[in-house]
Amino acid sequence: MSEATDLRDTAAIDIAVDTAPVAARAEPPAVRFWREFRQSPSAVVALALFVLIALAAIFAPWITPQDPYDLRQLNILDGRLPPMSQAMDGSTYWLGTDDQGRDMLSAIIYGLRISLGIGAMSTLIAILIGGSLGLIAAFYGGRLETLIMRVVDLQLSFPAILVALILLAVLGRGVDKVLIALIIVQWAYYARTIRGQALVERRKEYIEAARCLALSDRRILFRHLLPNCLPPVIVIGTVQVANAIALEATLSFLGVGVPITEPSLGLLISNGYSYMLSGDYWISFFPGLALLVAIVAINIVGDQLRDVLNPRLRR
Amino acid sequence: MLVYMIRRLTQSLLVMAVMALIVFIGVFAIGNPVDMMISPDATQAEMQAAIARLGLDKPLWEQFFVFLGNLVRGDLGTSFVHNEPAMRLILDRFPATMELALFAMLIAVFVGIPLGIIAGLRSDSAAGRGIMVGSIFGFSLPNFWQGLMLIMLFAVVLGWLPAGGRGETVDLWGVPVSFLTWDGLTHLLLPAINIALYKTALVIRLARAGTREVMMMDYVKFARAKGLRPRRVILVHMLKNILIPVVTVLGLELGNVIAFAVVTETVFAWPGMGKLLIDSIVNLDRPVIVAYLMLTVFVFILINFIVDLAYSMIDPRVRLTETRA
Repeated sequence: MSEATDLRDTAAIDIAVDTAPVAARAEPPAVRFWREFRQSPSAVVALALFVLIALAAIFAPWITPQDPYDLRQLNILDGRLPPMSQAMDGSTYWLGTDDQGRDMLSAIIYGLRISLGIGAMSTLIAILIGGSLGLIAAFYGGRLETLIMRVVDLQLSFPAILVALILLAVLGRGVDKVLIALIIVQWAYYARTIRGQALVERRKEYIEAARCLALSDRRILFRHLLPNCLPPVIVIGTVQVANAIALEATLSFLGVGVPITEPSLGLLISNGYSYMLSGDYWISFFPGLALLVAIVAINIVGDQLRDVLNPRLRR
Repeated sequence: MLVYMIRRLTQSLLVMAVMALIVFIGVFAIGNPVDMMISPDATQAEMQAAIARLGLDKPLWEQFFVFLGNLVRGDLGTSFVHNEPAMRLILDRFPATMELALFAMLIAVFVGIPLGIIAGLRSDSAAGRGIMVGSIFGFSLPNFWQGLMLIMLFAVVLGWLPAGGRGETVDLWGVPVSFLTWDGLTHLLLPAINIALYKTALVIRLARAGTREVMMMDYVKFARAKGLRPRRVILVHMLKNILIPVVTVLGLELGNVIAFAVVTETVFAWPGMGKLLIDSIVNLDRPVIVAYLMLTVFVFILINFIVDLAYSMIDPRVRLTETRA
């Protein structure tokens, strides 16, 4: 990272040495980034909220009142209790219980764990695969580029949910299968984004300089080109995590996603669906609310990231 | 123009062929058709006979050409569950889905464009900010959960609207539609709103961005300077240019609406082809899945084509001439 930035900075200094104030140059990128990010209070709140949700999901086994999937801890007599009711053993079910007497709060935190895990993991792997292919397409060009980009075009002309539904119809249910489907659905976005960015960056002087130094293709690709293509990917990646979480929830709700042994938020909502018409709203309502809060928080953070990382909007 | 259309049609046929290949590989080659089409109680001899009858003993490429040939004739096999031709089954459900999708698009356009223009003209006012915050929620609400909450509120708590189903239909030129009867309309409203919320948020964003861009243009300043009423400037001069991105995106979104109708139809038990697809996936009803896929691909290509043509009519700057694609 540093090498590539240095080279570019040297080139920039040659041109703009007298216009750039020295003080602004001394500020490290991370500090500048945080200073600009902080300017939107709602984005800071959203970030804090997201960190909180993520921590709750990671530490689920230590903070939940009960292990919702340890059948010995469930009491069927506590089934379908409304929020704030007393359990048989005297404790309180803050968000009520489902039909099997499972504490909804615990179930939601465990569900978040699966939803966030699948969302983050699929996005990460999709960035790796899509990013590499996009980078290769931009760097080598020719037939390889045409082939990769045609596949991208073809895939992006169909809605994500349709592609995912078909894949799962063929593959069957399971966490690993949902992951595969989400990765296949997402990689094309990153391939297109990185290629677009790389085509711009490739013509810049620091790449030329690196070539003049006779560095290997691999080194130029990964040490010089890649770091400079990352900002738009970070923005899209953030929003895509939210989309992946929503898509996973939708697939699970439709009954083609995760299996009942590993219930994500979508499956919890689906379980409550049948009780909703008799007025037991909480079984569906609270998992959905958790899902909504997580998605809104990620989207607001993503919006602010886009403003901060977009050089055209830099004040 | 004609050259362009021919070129586009050839491209479309190519995409259809590629999709047919992918669908064929996905559905026919990865899973084992024998397990699904033949009862597990069958004897070895019966199984062999069935394999021969279904042509499964032939090499894969030959099976593909048989599949293609049947596809061209519109024959995609018979549903295992309904025992009817898969294509007819889908086409029977097609009007219900289209009605829902079009109704939702109308809501999105007639609510979204005015709100977007207001948000664009008064971007710093409370109304403008409120509309934008609302649109973030429109984007973020998980579609199926939002549907459940609509049912909860309007059907269970308030009891104003039915929770699901299609209601009474009347035939309009031989196609059953529900928006012409009161009962049908009440059934249509909730699922349509459920689909429309996301699209409305999208239209608001597009219309707002368009308004802010167009506001600064010289021709708008000129129209104002000429002393035209603000109403006329907005509705005639600005609206035309705001509509360009909205039409493009909405046209492409129509396909998305049809695909996403899967979710809404499941939640509201709307008897469209999306619900049929989910039922077929659950029942492993392969011919119906394939028929749905091929029909959706076809609709998608058709929509893209129409959007391109419509685009050139609204925006005369776009020339649909031979461009190297």
